[in-house]
Amino acid sequence: MAVKRPDDFETRRQHLKNLTDEELEKRFWQLAEEIVKPLVEIAYTHTSPAVERSVLLRMGFSSIEAKAIVEGVQNLGLLGKGAGNVVYRLAKKKNIPIREAGLLLVEGKAWDEVPALF
Amino acid sequence: MLEKNEKLNIEEILKDLENYRPKRRGWHWREEQGNQVYGEFEYYQASKPLKNSCPLPAAKSFGYIDPQPDCVITTEIASGRFEDDIRRMRMAAWHGADHIMVIRTAGQSHYDGLIEGTPEGVGGVPISRKQVRATRKALDIIEEEVGRPINFHSYVSGVAGPDIAVMFAEEGVNGAHQDPQYNVLYRNINMVRSFVDAAVAKKIMAFADMVQIDGAHNANATAMKGYKVMPELMVQHALNCAYSKMVGMKPQNIALSTVPPTAPPAPCLRLDLPYAVALRQLFKDYKMRAQMNTKYMESCTREATVTHVLNLLISRLTRADIQSTITPDEGRNVPWHYNNIHAINTAKQALIGMDGLLEMVELKKDGYLAEKVRELKERAVLFMEEILEVGGYFKAVEMGFFVDSGMYPERNGDGIARQINGGIGAGTVVERDKDYMAPVCEHFGYNNLPEDIEKACDLIDGCTFCKPEKIVFIDELDENDNVNRRLKETENLRHSTEIKPEVEWCGDGIVSTTIFLPVEERVAEFAAMEIGKKMGLEDVVVIHKQVMQPAEGTLVEIKGRVPFTIDVSKLEIPKKPEVLSDEEIRKDIERKPMKVVAATVGEDEHSVGLREVIDIKHGGIEKYGIECLYLGTSCPVEKLVDAAIEFNADAILASTIITHNDVHIKNMKKIHELCIEKGVRDKLIVCAGGTQVTDEIAKSAGMDAGFGRGTKGNDVASFLVKRRREMENYEG
Repeated sequence: MAVKRPDDFETRRQHLKNLTDEELEKRFWQLAEEIVKPLVEIAYTHTSPAVERSVLLRMGFSSIEAKAIVEGVQNLGLLGKGAGNVVYRLAKKKNIPIREAGLLLVEGKAWDEVPALF
Repeated sequence: MLEKNEKLNIEEILKDLENYRPKRRGWHWREEQGNQVYGEFEYYQASKPLKNSCPLPAAKSFGYIDPQPDCVITTEIASGRFEDDIRRMRMAAWHGADHIMVIRTAGQSHYDGLIEGTPEGVGGVPISRKQVRATRKALDIIEEEVGRPINFHSYVSGVAGPDIAVMFAEEGVNGAHQDPQYNVLYRNINMVRSFVDAAVAKKIMAFADMVQIDGAHNANATAMKGYKVMPELMVQHALNCAYSKMVGMKPQNIALSTVPPTAPPAPCLRLDLPYAVALRQLFKDYKMRAQMNTKYMESCTREATVTHVLNLLISRLTRADIQSTITPDEGRNVPWHYNNIHAINTAKQALIGMDGLLEMVELKKDGYLAEKVRELKERAVLFMEEILEVGGYFKAVEMGFFVDSGMYPERNGDGIARQINGGIGAGTVVERDKDYMAPVCEHFGYNNLPEDIEKACDLIDGCTFCKPEKIVFIDELDENDNVNRRLKETENLRHSTEIKPEVEWCGDGIVSTTIFLPVEERVAEFAAMEIGKKMGLEDVVVIHKQVMQPAEGTLVEIKGRVPFTIDVSKLEIPKKPEVLSDEEIRKDIERKPMKVVAATVGEDEHSVGLREVIDIKHGGIEKYGIECLYLGTSCPVEKLVDAAIEFNADAILASTIITHNDVHIKNMKKIHELCIEKGVRDKLIVCAGGTQVTDEIAKSAGMDAGFGRGTKGNDVASFLVKRRREMENYEG
């Protein structure tokens, strides 16, 4: 797929050559924003195992615990709900502290109750 | 606070780590930037002085001032053992580094999660919470000692970017590399995953007020011709800046990692300066992290240093907010302790030396420079236009747009291409459902939180950003590969009087030797290794060789390990001569006047050292009232001795600098013998001085005393007074 081509700068630049420096700089930043905008949108509407581990870390779980919980959530196909959300809803349902709910999952318990949380 | 003659106590730093909290969060720029007075000079681009520091060697002639440049100075320290690195960090801070960057161990970017404990690293340090916390704790002590906050920095990249960002925010890390393009191009991490992770990581970094450095400079190091990728580098900088800003980072916390792409023998300033100017014009709102060139580094530390000074010239001709440094030995090995210091000093020395340069010269606004700047900007704009034409960033990466060795729009078809469904972590990104929720603060993206809460973590009674006591600290996971084990192995060297040389790790035993051999390169290389072995070194390796002339000879540097330790308690170290107070010297001269005859002897025109010892304006011996007859330079020894007799002098001061064929020793002996011959040796105090003279050498050549480099008037006057008292049995 990779393209080979000689330097055709002179022909390509025709539409730029009459821009002032300010106009050129403005164009530079407009293009950059246009390129990244769809990428930011994907990030806004998507999540990943690392993103969910970062949520669990902030909820007070260790890296090892966070990893185990996220893997379990992934196995159930529930990552789109948020791993933190899974722990939160389990704690609410069982009326136990957040950390206790998470540790149940780490120990491989209570996973059967998870699908019904949503 | 740590005493300056007290070593960092590693065991103490590791103690009670589970309860340690960093003192502060966020990046620190140098304070009081601008005009500063140090000694007799006013600087225009300096900053607040340090409380404790090691000045440049030449500071000796300028009242030991240690002017600090206005920009932050970076050093990269990562030997694989953080417990040894933190000692080097202290040395670095004393020389003026306030940004300590820790390179990660090989392969960490592919580690899906956080590494825990303190395993030994390869080519870097495994970045774990314990390692980070211990290092931050050490830096908290060191910054107090030097009197300037130190920025601690590592990497928020790989497949665990968000995890690492959280840990860094919790542990008081002040800066990090974060650039999803780096993951994609150089670490083959899936591109969608990279960008999704990056947004979350960047939002957390923004909360922690960390400074972000991008990864664009890697294109420069990876491309076949580093100087051809300049338009692309500008695009990479722009994409990371725009992306970071859009997810919530402040432009003043976003730094471009920029490297002058070329080095001599290329006419590097003509290539590098237009690029540097174009960047600074386009990225006015962003910070410049000026890195030094590594692409064209060979094993010659001198050559590397000159390239780096040219890089510093560009920093001063344009702008650098963070001046990074590369150790001059990076072309030969993992950097050694003292080469970090050399690199920091290269930056400090050059930046301070070029202080206020733009008050005197300015960059031309027309002609070659302006034309090139404009051309680079246009090429970068064309690059981005084509990204959009082909369907956006992901498509462009698939088509190998990046790290192509052609100067865009030229293309050589050798760029790095990645597929959207390929790479590590492919297929792991999922769409957030309508009821997606994350009950924590500073979370980027869609979050279906209940409406009746003030902040997200109210749902869970606080997240670790609001309640740091919720952070879970893991100590060690591997009972063999950890810091405690390693410290035990070197305990004897750290807590006894036994020492071993070291360049990176306690007790590594490595020394290097510089050898010139009058033979051709290959023969010299093998001969040098043999010499190393005969010197008793183990694991001898050639670290540098350079042809002086194909037939006449080769310079070789070798390294090797010494297999023994030295017990410093058994060393016989001559006591430093005691210096008398000015008052006591003056009183003694008042009691009995003293006359001295002085000259630089032999065919030797050096006069500075002796004049400093004599002249009143340099604080020399004249200020105590000692009468001096100075006979000048290239004085025959006979003339000196005759003058002493004629002048009825109490003492002779002979300066002898040239050491060719040991002429300095011969001169001393000759003076001694002449004095005996003329029957005045018992009446005269005879001293010699010079850069290669020591008290031991002088005494063995018949002198009463010898004075080396750094001698001052009061050293000589003290000796003369004490010696005269001995000769007359005077009790004082």
